[in-house]
Amino acid sequence: MSDPVNSIAEWLRTILASWGLSEGLITVILAVLGVVILATFVLVVDILLVWIERKMVARFQDRFGPNRVGPYGIIQPIADVIKLLIKEDIMPMGADKFIFNLAPIIALATVLLLWAVVPLAPTVIGADINVAVLYVVAIGSIGTLGIIMAGWASNNKYALLGAFRTVATMIAYEVPMIIALLIPVLLARSMGMQTIVNAQSPWYIFIVPLAAVILFVSSIAELGRTPFDISEAESEIVAGFHIEYTGMKFGLFYAGELLHALTVSALIATIFLGGWRGPYVDQLPLLGPVYLFIKAFLVYYLIMWVRYSFPRVRIDQMLGFNWKFLTPLALFLLIVVAILDKAMADVNTVWYVLVMLGANLLIVWGTMMILRRYARIERVRIAEERPVARAPESDNNELVGQE
Amino acid sequence: MTVMQVVFLVTAVVSLGGAVMVVTTRNLIHAALWLILTLFGVAVMYGLLSAPFFTVIQVVIYIGAIAILMIFAIMLTRRVKQEPGSSVNKGWWLAGLMALVLFTALVWMLSTWPGFQTTLPELPQDFDSIKVLGAALVSTEGYVIPFEIASVLLLAALIGSVAVAWERKS
Amino acid sequence: MISLSYFLVFAAALFCIGLYGVLARKNAIAILMGIELMLNAVVINLIAFWRFRSPEMITGQAFGVIVFAVAAAEVAVGLALFIAIFRRRNTIAADEIDLLKW
Repeated sequence: MSDPVNSIAEWLRTILASWGLSEGLITVILAVLGVVILATFVLVVDILLVWIERKMVARFQDRFGPNRVGPYGIIQPIADVIKLLIKEDIMPMGADKFIFNLAPIIALATVLLLWAVVPLAPTVIGADINVAVLYVVAIGSIGTLGIIMAGWASNNKYALLGAFRTVATMIAYEVPMIIALLIPVLLARSMGMQTIVNAQSPWYIFIVPLAAVILFVSSIAELGRTPFDISEAESEIVAGFHIEYTGMKFGLFYAGELLHALTVSALIATIFLGGWRGPYVDQLPLLGPVYLFIKAFLVYYLIMWVRYSFPRVRIDQMLGFNWKFLTPLALFLLIVVAILDKAMADVNTVWYVLVMLGANLLIVWGTMMILRRYARIERVRIAEERPVARAPESDNNELVGQE
Repeated sequence: MTVMQVVFLVTAVVSLGGAVMVVTTRNLIHAALWLILTLFGVAVMYGLLSAPFFTVIQVVIYIGAIAILMIFAIMLTRRVKQEPGSSVNKGWWLAGLMALVLFTALVWMLSTWPGFQTTLPELPQDFDSIKVLGAALVSTEGYVIPFEIASVLLLAALIGSVAVAWERKS
Repeated sequence: MISLSYFLVFAAALFCIGLYGVLARKNAIAILMGIELMLNAVVINLIAFWRFRSPEMITGQAFGVIVFAVAAAEVAVGLALFIAIFRRRNTIAADEIDLLKW
C-alpha cells in the first residue's frame, strides 16, 4: 500500500513499453491520463459543491433547501445541469462570436489548471514545480482575463461595467494575496508545494495566523464572492459580466466560480493547514487526499459562512480597504516575520512558534487599537450637523388674501 | 524529432503567428488578445529554456498586468465611430522591407558566429535557479544595485503615471 | 537536438515583427504592442544565451528580470500618457498628434 498511484503508473509504463512505444510517448500518454483522471474527479466534486452550496445557504437562512429531488435533494445538481443543457443558447447581436464563446471556457479551464499543483499525498502531485506558489498567482491573473473577455464580448454596457469593476478589484487584491503567500514561502524556504507541506511541523496557521487571515480575505475578493461580489451584484448591475450568457455557458461560469472557491480552499489548506499531513499518513498514503479534502471543506465552509453573513461592500470601500488597510498590514507582517525568522534562526521549535504567534497577535491587537481610534474619529465626523435641505420660505400671505 | 523539438516548433509557430496577427489586425481588442497568445508562447519558450521563474513571471506581469492594462486603455480611448481609413501608415511597405532586411541580416550575421550551433549544456543536478537568482539579486557581489534602481524606477513610474492621468477637477 | 540557433532565429523573427508593428501602425497602442514584442524578443535572447553559453553565471537571468521591470514601468507610463492625450485631443492616432501645442 506504499504509494498506489506511482506503482500503478509504473505498471502502466511497463505495459506500454512492452507494446514498443518510445520513452517520450509513454511519458506523454501517462501525463494525459493523469490529467484526465484528476480533472474528472475535480469536476465531479464540483457538481457536489452545487448541492452543498444550496443546502448551506438554506440552512443559514433558516430554511430547508432542495429536499425533493432524491434523498436530501442530492440529485438536485443533476437536475440543474439538465436544465442548463436544454436552455436556448443565445448570442447577443453585435457580440464578438469567438471571444464570447471562449470566455467561459477560459474561466473554467484556469480553475482546473490550479489543481495541477495541489499535493494530494506525500508523493502524488500533478506537477512538482519549484515555483508553484507563483504559478497559482499566474493562473489567477489568467482568470481575470476570462472575465474581461466575457464582459467586452457581450456588447452590453452593464456587462462591460461589471467586467471593469471586477478586473480592477481582482488586480488590486492580488497584491496582498501575493504578500500573504510570500510569508509561508519565507518560512519554508521554497516555493514548491510539496516542500511547503513537508516543512509544516506545526501547521503554519499556528505560526502566522494573520497571514492566513489576509490570504483568506484576499482570496474571497479574488473569487468575487460576497462581501466582495460587486462584479455580480444582482441588485446593482444585473449580474455583471455574465448577463448575456445563457444555458451551459452560464453553467460553466457558475461551476467555475464554485470550483474556484474549493480550489482556493484546498490551496489555503495546503499552505496553512498542512495539506495532506495528519496521523498515519506515512503508513497509509491514501489518507492524504482524505485529510486534504477535510481541511479544504473546512475552509470552504468558512468562505460560505462569510458569504451568507455579510452585506456587500461598495467598490470604493473595497478598493480603499485593500490599498489602505490590507496591503500595508501584509507588508508590515512580512517584514516582522522576516526579521523574527532571521533572529530566531536556531531557536528550538516551541519557543519559535510562541514568539511568532505572539508577534502576530501583537500586530492584530495594534491594528485593532488603530482601527478603534479611526472609527471613533469617523463616528464623531458623521454625527456632526449636516446641512439639511429645506424648502424656501414661501409667502402664503397673498394667496390667503386672494380668497 | 525529439519531443523538445516538436514542442519548440509548435510553440514557435503559434507565437510568431500570433505576433503577425498582432501587427496586422485592424480591431485593437483582437490585437490585444493575439498579443496574449504570443506572450503565452514566449512563456512556454522560457519553460523550454529551464527558466521556470520566467515562465510564471511572464504570465503574471505581461499577461496578468500589462495585457489587461492595454485592454483597459483600448476600451477607454475608443472613438465613438470606428477609425476610418487603414490601420497602417503610408509607408508600411518600407517598414515591412526594413523588418525583412533586418531579419535576414541578423540571421546571416549570427550564422557566421562559431557559437551559433551550441548544443544544450547539462545543468548541475539539483540546480535551483530561483535560489541562485534570488541570492544574486540581493547580494552585494551580485546585482543588488540594479535591483534597487529598478525598484526606484517602478516607484517613479507609479507616481508618474498617476500624475499624468490624474483628472483635474476644474 | 535543440541548439542555440533555434532560439536566436525565433527571437530575431519576433523582434522584426515587432519592428514592423512599431513602424507601420497608426494607433499609438498598437505601436506599444510592437514595442512589447521587441522587449520579449530581447529577454528570450538573454535567457537563451544564459542557458546555452554560461549556465553557471546567473547574470543572464538577473538582467532579464531587470528588463521585465523596466518594460512594465514603461507600459504603465505610456498608457497613462495615451489616456491623457486622448482626453485632450480625442485621438491617439500617431500621425494626428504632430503638433506640440495648438
